[in-house]
Amino acid sequence: MTTQAAPEPTATAPTEAAIASALASGARPPRPGALTTSVTFGWRALLKIKHIPEQLFDVTVFPVMMTLIFTYLFGGAIAGSTADYIAYLAPGILVQSVLFITMYTGATLREDIDKGVFDRFRSLPIWRPSALVGMLLGDAVRYTVAATVTGIVCVLVGWRPDGGFVGVALGVLVLLVFAFALGWIWIFLGLLLRSQRAVMGVSMMVLMPLVFGSNIFADPATMPGWLQGWIEVNPVAHVVNAVRALMDGVAVGGEWVWVLGWSAALVLVFGSLTMWRYRDPR
Amino acid sequence: MSALAIETHGLTKVYGDTRAVDGIDLSIARGGVHGFLGPNGAGKTTAIRMLATLIRPDAGTARVLGRDVIHEADAVRSQVSLTGQFASVDEDLTGLENLVLIARLYGYRGAAATRRAADLLEAFGLADAADRPVKKYSGGMRRRVDIAASIVATPELLFLDEPTTGLDPRARNEVWDIIRALVAHGTTVMLTTQYLDEADQLADRISVIDSGKIIAEGTSSELKHSVGAGALHVRVMHRDDREAARRILVRELDVTVDTANDPQLLVAALDDRSRAMRALTALEEARIDLAQFALGQPTLDEVFLALTGHEAERPDTDRPEGTEEAA
Repeated sequence: MTTQAAPEPTATAPTEAAIASALASGARPPRPGALTTSVTFGWRALLKIKHIPEQLFDVTVFPVMMTLIFTYLFGGAIAGSTADYIAYLAPGILVQSVLFITMYTGATLREDIDKGVFDRFRSLPIWRPSALVGMLLGDAVRYTVAATVTGIVCVLVGWRPDGGFVGVALGVLVLLVFAFALGWIWIFLGLLLRSQRAVMGVSMMVLMPLVFGSNIFADPATMPGWLQGWIEVNPVAHVVNAVRALMDGVAVGGEWVWVLGWSAALVLVFGSLTMWRYRDPR
Repeated sequence: MSALAIETHGLTKVYGDTRAVDGIDLSIARGGVHGFLGPNGAGKTTAIRMLATLIRPDAGTARVLGRDVIHEADAVRSQVSLTGQFASVDEDLTGLENLVLIARLYGYRGAAATRRAADLLEAFGLADAADRPVKKYSGGMRRRVDIAASIVATPELLFLDEPTTGLDPRARNEVWDIIRALVAHGTTVMLTTQYLDEADQLADRISVIDSGKIIAEGTSSELKHSVGAGALHVRVMHRDDREAARRILVRELDVTVDTANDPQLLVAALDDRSRAMRALTALEEARIDLAQFALGQPTLDEVFLALTGHEAERPDTDRPEGTEEAA
């Protein structure tokens, strides 16, 4: 050990005159708009990533593991070869990687509330949802990292999407829109449940049937009728269809309606529930 | 501007079976410091959180600076600030980043936000620590950055929830100085504390709260006065004399005389100060050597005991979210 620990931060006692002058110069600028405050909270999320880069562990290592495991585990059994399977799996595993990460939003919010930071945010004269919207905006950066990492791994394994880069990018954009909408479920749970562990547990329970009861891993035609019925209505299956179509360079068709309809419904329902709960959380 | 700082009628908040705040009526004028004094779990924090629009009352009304906390919550928020019991700053961010964040949320843009944040850090003696994460700050520095965040835009009314809990005496004095500076500037401060000397030092008026109810209100001197004219503290030179001295005091003062843990000390609450002289003369005549014979106002500790029938400090027995004590 050649270096020593950083010295304790020093501080001098504040003086009354200095505080008085700081107070006197506290004339307020005009009240900022909803977009400004939301983006400011998004900036806070990015600062937190800058200070604790380990937070990106789950959006980098996790997607790589999932992609490799599922490709090599099921590739031969389901499609006959890894190369054939990745063509089917890649858009789906992208969706899965990102949706699994959305779950952390609720746990992060719970932590903020428990630490007391949210008391200050909630006592500010700003557009009420901006702290939450800002969180989701910051998370969009994490989702983009996860999608990029997953996409690169898929290409390395042999994925050659017919939609090209533009198709893949559009697919990721659709995915981000849906992830933003889904995030309101986790935010609502973060406000509703009183421990971080409970938030994670319930989120997992909600997410499992959405992600695994879908067309991500195999063609639903091979599945029993009741499961096909579920996949018909499962929003994640529709997102996978849309993303797959964009990345394969074929027409998305009616899936647009499903994806955007579900996204709007999630924001409307869980956004409202969240703001109702936000007035008086525990 | 004529409206009261705080006015509540029957303010109530219920959690399950607990009436955390149980019908509080307050009428607090602008200016100065109003103290909310009570033990852990008395309902101080719940009351302050309702007034700062963080939680909604279950019953009753509350107006802050003339605005209703439910129907005009946004107007209330634009004129008050809150420094919570637990750090209401982000400890992963630096002191500067925390204040820039709040400044931007108040509408300062770009360089103006940074300048406002830097000015506040300077004023609060934190300029050298501006670029360190708040989690590396000492308790006192953390409190200061927390209060600085509350005055990024100068508030009319500042809520401080137990601002010195857990601080060492020096840091505590610094926070007291900050509060005095805020008040000198014209900000009204509403302060909760479980420290009697803190209320004594800072608060112009004090509401004593216990089990969700206001049980007394007034200036520090009025509260002390309500308990009795004063307390007589007599310390005998030789501990063997204490019992004899006690009997003389009981006879002359006609009140009960408490024997404290201190083997030489006797304490009596007086209704009539004039009797104290007779007691002193009687002790002299009995040739009992005295180390101390002091007539003073009761301490707030004694006030609290008299008002509630229990000590002010009841550690861990009724924290709001406390764990069950092992039997």
